[in-house]
Amino acid sequence: MTRLVEVRSRILKENDVLARGLRDRFQQAGVCVISFVSSPGSGKTTFLEKLMFRLSPRHRIAALVGDLATENDAARLSRACTQVRQITTGTICHLDAKMIDKALEGWRLEDLDFLFIENVGNLVCPSGYDLGEQVRVVLLSATEGEDKPLKYPTIFNTADVALITKIDLAAAAEFDREAAHRSILSVRPGMKVLEVSAKTGEGMDETEALFESLLAPA
Amino acid sequence: MHELSIALSMIEQIEEQSAKHPGTVRSVQVKVGVLSGVDAEALRFAWELAREGTDLAATLLEIESVPLLVRCPACGNTHTPDIQSILCPRCITPEQDILAGRELMLVSLEIDS
Repeated sequence: MTRLVEVRSRILKENDVLARGLRDRFQQAGVCVISFVSSPGSGKTTFLEKLMFRLSPRHRIAALVGDLATENDAARLSRACTQVRQITTGTICHLDAKMIDKALEGWRLEDLDFLFIENVGNLVCPSGYDLGEQVRVVLLSATEGEDKPLKYPTIFNTADVALITKIDLAAAAEFDREAAHRSILSVRPGMKVLEVSAKTGEGMDETEALFESLLAPA
Repeated sequence: MHELSIALSMIEQIEEQSAKHPGTVRSVQVKVGVLSGVDAEALRFAWELAREGTDLAATLLEIESVPLLVRCPACGNTHTPDIQSILCPRCITPEQDILAGRELMLVSLEIDS
């Protein structure tokens, strides 16, 4: 005899449940959690380092950084803030809520204003994994194609803010800024898009202001 | 290739169910939305690897792809846009409410007993 058993459960429900728990904890602790996703080499770490240097005089910051291997990014970020932990994922191409939960062990979230999470450089796999973050930022650099959002619509669709990085290289790379904005807005209408350069500082004031506007009122 | 971790989660959930409903799992039905970030072919490939050494060696994996379905908050038009261009074709409002297309779901199992 063959029976049909209805299940109707989300395949990533374990991650979703953990992420929801993290989000509640972050909210109760009053820490603003922002995650960053992009392809490898789009300038996540450089951008974050500069951003943290700017924010650290006024805010208490910590960062988690994911990579398949090496502690290099954590070493770079620890120049800008003292609380940095590297998550080495081994062969896994994305961070998940369980890794975040484990990496936070021993940290007092109440003592933080911002927690930044740098995901593994990958525009595909992180999209389905909720990390409990308040805001997901996707980065696209001026040295990549303007149509990247059209090629990776899922990650752009699940993100809240897009940053176009290395904007100082736009002219040299013949990067069509308008086309990039168009393709971002085509896959994620209404998305907030900012152009930044960690090198020249262009757009950094605006980015900083955007992130500060997310902080819970003191 | 995060489909392998997804296939492993799937197998875990199937095993939980088959513990409650004894028998041989003949087939599993899965829904994969176009905005789930999962590729059906990669999932099939990962499934083959992940089920090695389990009792699911003969289980058929049935994947239903779910297209994007959205509703326009301005004019109420329900439509199935291309994921690369989500705006409402009727009134050109850009932001649409997503009704379906994000799911990654274990729907059901067929169990022979």
